Amino acid sequence: MNSYRLSIGGMSCAGCVASVETALNSVAGVEEANVNFAEHTAIVKGDMDIADVISAVKLASYDAAELKGGADEDEEKEAVEFAYYRALIKKAWVAAIVGVPLFVGGMTGFFPEIDEKNGQLIWLLLGFLTLGVMFYSGKHFFTGAWKSFRVHNANMDTLIALGTGSACIYSFVIVLFPDSVPSLARHAYFEAAVIIIGLINFGSALEMKARGKTSEAIKRLIGLQPKTARVLRDGKEVDVAISDVGLDETLRVRPGERIAVDGIIIEGHSSIDESMLTGEPMPVEKNVGDEVSTGTINASGSFLFQSKRIGTDTVLAQIIDMVRQAQSTKPAIGRLVDKVASVFVPIVLILTVITFLLWFNVGDELAVSYALVTAMTVLIIACPCALGLATPISIMVGVGKAAEMGILIRNGDALQQAGKLTTIVLDKTGTVTEGKPSITEMQAAEGVDVMGVLKVGASIEAGSEHPLAAAIVNFAKVKQLELLKVENFEAVTGQGVSGVIEGQRILFGNAGLMKNNAVDITQLENKAQELSLQGRTSMYLASDGKLQGIIAVSDPVKKDSIEAIKRLHDLGMKVVMLTGDSQSTADAVAKQVGVDEVIAEVLPQDKAAKVVSLQQQGEQVAMVGDGINDAPALAQANVGFAIGSGTDVAIESADITLMRGSLYGVADAIAISRATLRNIKQNLFGAFIYNSLGIPVAAGILYPLFGILLNPMIAGAAMAMSSVTVVSNANRLRFFKFKR
Amino acid sequence: MMIINLIGLSLIALIVWWFWIKKPQSFQASSAVIEIIVENGVYTPARIEVKTGQTVKLSFVRKDPSPCAEKVIFDKLNLSFDLPINKPVLVTIKPEQAGEYTFTCQMKMYVGSLSVSD
Repeated sequence: MNSYRLSIGGMSCAGCVASVETALNSVAGVEEANVNFAEHTAIVKGDMDIADVISAVKLASYDAAELKGGADEDEEKEAVEFAYYRALIKKAWVAAIVGVPLFVGGMTGFFPEIDEKNGQLIWLLLGFLTLGVMFYSGKHFFTGAWKSFRVHNANMDTLIALGTGSACIYSFVIVLFPDSVPSLARHAYFEAAVIIIGLINFGSALEMKARGKTSEAIKRLIGLQPKTARVLRDGKEVDVAISDVGLDETLRVRPGERIAVDGIIIEGHSSIDESMLTGEPMPVEKNVGDEVSTGTINASGSFLFQSKRIGTDTVLAQIIDMVRQAQSTKPAIGRLVDKVASVFVPIVLILTVITFLLWFNVGDELAVSYALVTAMTVLIIACPCALGLATPISIMVGVGKAAEMGILIRNGDALQQAGKLTTIVLDKTGTVTEGKPSITEMQAAEGVDVMGVLKVGASIEAGSEHPLAAAIVNFAKVKQLELLKVENFEAVTGQGVSGVIEGQRILFGNAGLMKNNAVDITQLENKAQELSLQGRTSMYLASDGKLQGIIAVSDPVKKDSIEAIKRLHDLGMKVVMLTGDSQSTADAVAKQVGVDEVIAEVLPQDKAAKVVSLQQQGEQVAMVGDGINDAPALAQANVGFAIGSGTDVAIESADITLMRGSLYGVADAIAISRATLRNIKQNLFGAFIYNSLGIPVAAGILYPLFGILLNPMIAGAAMAMSSVTVVSNANRLRFFKFKR
Repeated sequence: MMIINLIGLSLIALIVWWFWIKKPQSFQASSAVIEIIVENGVYTPARIEVKTGQTVKLSFVRKDPSPCAEKVIFDKLNLSFDLPINKPVLVTIKPEQAGEYTFTCQMKMYVGSLSVSD
């Protein structure tokens, strides 16, 4: 039975307790649920999925989140892993202490021959010593091999256990019954068994050390979560463990402190360094009502905020979760290798038998000895680990490295696709431009008051969700105009809005809207043309079919868009800008930032179709947008990039999420994806070449030509190093430099 | 000589049969939580039979400290979980289509399967 502690938000009276308890008890598997009203917490016991419990509470219109401490778990994990590493090293040492003298003694003739006087006895003693070492240093290989054999599976343990086990058994047979083989073949292989076990333990330890580094990025993210928070309770500020911070609590943040949970500022203001989450180096100004995120650093002021998301619901936790998930996925090239890896060991076993039989049948009087040594060497040299590790370990490092720059890659496929892109489609508003338009020009028609135009325009736009609308409404507020009541409001997609104000039918939108409603715009058409050539969007206002004036709005280009697009060009990309704006406005912006192609006057619902038509021309298309208005186009593209502005981006919406609102992120994502793919290919090539050269050499393919047979101990060393090499190569990605 | 060759050939046949043809003993999933121990290179039990549409709850308990065991991945279902040592991780799955759903470690050395039938 599991027990969970939840923080419950939105409970205002004792009566709520009953409804929350009912909701908790309604979940299948819950055996006991107790709500504590004073603490706003609940303890739930039973065999159930905690996610079901949380959604049940949310369904009952309350908020809920699990209270737990995450950092201790990782410390514990590190301690266990370190103990395991120490154990491996110790096992390797014990094997070396016994194996090296055995090896040297055998080579120098220090030990007598088996058929000499006392030879049998001495070798028997050496045999038992070997058995002891095998038991201490190699027991885990044998239990692993046996357990997987029982479930019809074979892995690296199988190969090592069979290789060293057969060497041991053969040696005992030679010692006990020397006459069973010709005298020249009477050689025991105890030293080989012990040294191989030692080398492989040593290799595993090195691999483990190197692997620890591959997850550094995620460790750094986890480390961003503070352990305590300063909470206001009963009018006093108290420091509490992070696992005790509930929803809707008031927290104090002082200068230089990390923010403990996600929330909204309720008093004070400050500038906050969000670079650890977004990669954006400049601190962000935050005021009352703005959101703050876990793990970011309060640079200057002291402020109070109310907790809104805790535990696994914070943006930081979601990022960690997404990175972890992505690190376990594989791109298509990895899946092919998986197929090979899953049949690899049985195939090696078959090759071993074939090797043995070949040598046994064609060899001379030493055939048995050769057959055994080659078979053993094949078992030992084959390394499924290098093959199996090649892809996931590079993905792990690559995805983690990207996350450090605020680039969240959803999975291995997104990464592989991003490496192959040829065309980047940029949405204009909010992607190339700031997405925060402001009014630059207003002109009234003859005999009309310009403030009147603004007043009516702002009134009708008050109901619209278009980003340009907000600019006009805000400007009217600045001018302290009182907005009028609008009836029959209607949004005409891609054209503008219409409605009735004080009995007059108002139209507000582009030239198309005016034309469709037979409004004569000749009076201001030239002015509008002139403005759009400067990259401004003009909107016409008409009342009862008569033109009243124009309002021009401009959305400034982001300061780094020009440089970022240049970098995309350097990466060999064709850059296309897609917008609903008029052709001339779009052309003006395009000229400013230097894109290759402009597709203007596209209705929102047609954006996906434009992506399709580019794909039909054979392009690998990335779509970059805010992830909300252009979701279908993002989904249609080979890679959908959601570009955020700070930590409020919808992480779930795209293949790749750029936490920093800069187009640099697109170029960075492509660069790291290419580097990771290159790394995977190097690893796979290395692992394949290693196995496909190593196995035939081990089987003795060089013997007929050059008389060379591979020593099984060298095979052991090669095998131990092969996976270390793969992990180390992947670790090189940690030093990938993003262009600045 | 003949005998050794015959033994060798039958060994090959045995390898093929044991590792590729024969399936491990399976475990019938009930509504309760099935505990899967992750230790010594194997998931125990390694094969779980379920009916389509049946919710199956797997509780993975990792005992193996080697990093090989640190993740369990359900490739076809696009799911993956980190396994802390000695702390059960509950995985709830409701397979809608019949078939074999394997779950493995990152390197495919730990292999288990969820056999879903109508």
